[in-house]
Amino acid sequence: MKTNDVILQTTTKVVFFIIFLFSIHIFFAGHYTPGGGFVGGLLTTGAIVLLLLAFDLKTVQKALPFNFTIMTGIGLLLSLGTASGAIFFDVPFFTHAFDDFTLPLFGVTSLHTAMIFDAGVFLVVVGSAITIIQSIGGDS
Amino acid sequence: MINLLLFPIIIPFLFAILLLFFKENVRMQRVLTLIGVVLSLVASFYLLITVKTDGVQAITLGSWPAPFGISMVSDMLSALLVTTTLLLTLFVVIYSFTSIGQERERFFYYPAILFMVTGVNGAFTTGDIFNMFVFFEVLLIASYLLIVLGGEKKQLRESIKYILVNVVSSALFVITVAFLYSVVGTLNMADISVKITEIGQPGIITLIAVLLLIVFGIKGSIFPLHFWLPGSYAAPPIPVLALFGALLTKVGVYAIMRTYTLFFTHNIGFTHEILMALSILTILIGCIGALAYFDLKQIIIYNIVIAVGVILFGAAQMNEAGISGAIFYLIHDMLIKGALFLLIGIIIYVTGTSNLRKMGGLMKTHAPLGWFFLIAAFGLAGIPPLSGFVGKLLIAQGAFQAGNVWGSIIMLASSLIVLLSVMRIFIYAFWGEPVELPKTNRKSYVRMMFPAIAMVVLSIFYGVGTEWLIPYMTDATDVLLDPSIYIDAVLKE
Repeated sequence: MKTNDVILQTTTKVVFFIIFLFSIHIFFAGHYTPGGGFVGGLLTTGAIVLLLLAFDLKTVQKALPFNFTIMTGIGLLLSLGTASGAIFFDVPFFTHAFDDFTLPLFGVTSLHTAMIFDAGVFLVVVGSAITIIQSIGGDS
Repeated sequence: MINLLLFPIIIPFLFAILLLFFKENVRMQRVLTLIGVVLSLVASFYLLITVKTDGVQAITLGSWPAPFGISMVSDMLSALLVTTTLLLTLFVVIYSFTSIGQERERFFYYPAILFMVTGVNGAFTTGDIFNMFVFFEVLLIASYLLIVLGGEKKQLRESIKYILVNVVSSALFVITVAFLYSVVGTLNMADISVKITEIGQPGIITLIAVLLLIVFGIKGSIFPLHFWLPGSYAAPPIPVLALFGALLTKVGVYAIMRTYTLFFTHNIGFTHEILMALSILTILIGCIGALAYFDLKQIIIYNIVIAVGVILFGAAQMNEAGISGAIFYLIHDMLIKGALFLLIGIIIYVTGTSNLRKMGGLMKTHAPLGWFFLIAAFGLAGIPPLSGFVGKLLIAQGAFQAGNVWGSIIMLASSLIVLLSVMRIFIYAFWGEPVELPKTNRKSYVRMMFPAIAMVVLSIFYGVGTEWLIPYMTDATDVLLDPSIYIDAVLKE
């Protein structure tokens, strides 16, 4: 029996972007309020899983032609690199730097190296979760 | 260079990440792994010298003040263990080049080893009890990959058991840490020690001591929690077995030694008495196992259990001789178990079986293997001047000083059983009529011999060079016996 999933597929095309944008919002919200790289990454993973449910593994791989293992590696490098930056300034590992900058368009913005670390976490979460789902889903 | 003590943790981690980018390129993987391990080894030797000259090194991550941030502490004991871990990893990695096979190398074998070393070194270095749990998880998750990698039927069966046991013990670990936190209100190990001294170890802290003993006892395989070890360790291939046998149980043993000398020192009559009784039982059960099997792997695996018992028996004495004997024996055991596992790996490779009854007469065809196995066997049993001797001597001395005559007699008698169990391997495999050997590559045999011989030679030096090592051991012992050195280093400001 061929299932008719037109509604699911059409909604997914819209909802995917809503979830993805929301995950980015959550990621930046983590700066001062609850949120951050981990939950943001999980939300993005959720969006991709929705794509996988609505379409199939091959379509999604075509649409998102990333090697998710490499993505995990890049994420780990970003996080480790940010934390290790402290070594070069001879302060304890994981010491972050932050300051307020006046940017065009944004006005006074507080920039923090912890955000780069969190971006790494984001990539690791997405990369490893999707790798797991792909390898389990690809088995059948 | 205040971050020096983190280098043996960060460098393997960095190289493990880099390896993720070269999944298919086996040659690149090997080269990068080798560079990573050698660099970490250099860093750890430098750390060892720094700790010797400047005393305990401590750092609190993220520039937070000490009891609030995560502290990393490198005293002499952890510096020695970190260095030994990396030395061992170096030889096991070189051994793996020949013996592990391309299929495994393509599926994150080397990254898994490096992640595991990250976890092991982290667990040895951390000064925060919750962070210790995190590093335990890091090394366990890497070890899950290593035990299942290859997907043989036996591996799959045993890895389920292994994962179940460890998930249960990890859960118990978090529960116990939460329990401890609810009593003392801190996670920093130095601070916990101070707080427990202030409240004078009431009954609830003793209960936590026993819970922690159960948690680490499962990891370190003390009686009666060793049930999972013989089966699970026999499943993965030899280099993995060497790493597991030499490193993973020792992390549990280290954790027991650390917590029982730093936290729970006020009711020794109860906690250390339990530890001692269990360690004696561990020795006995290990001896029975070591004699019961005709399988090479099982004999040496049960020798791990015996060694864990001996080390903890030394640590339970809480006097200078006992503790320094335990440290001597701990490092000796890491080296000699590594050497023995690599050697029996070669025997299994050459004969194509791990059943002693099907071997014989290897002395005629593989004489160097026989002689080095004999030296390693004597070292394991503790025949002077080889490496096991000093540790056992000091442990026995400590036990007699503490008045535990029967325990030390059992401990000393176990040496004879150990000797008997490994001599049986020697007699069955090397003496007697030569049996027909399967066709093997002589060149890989020679290549596998190099790291194994290097490990044996290292353990010989460790035994003969005891005199030069004593200052290091004394430093390590001093910190364990006098927690104030450790506490001052962490909470100095």
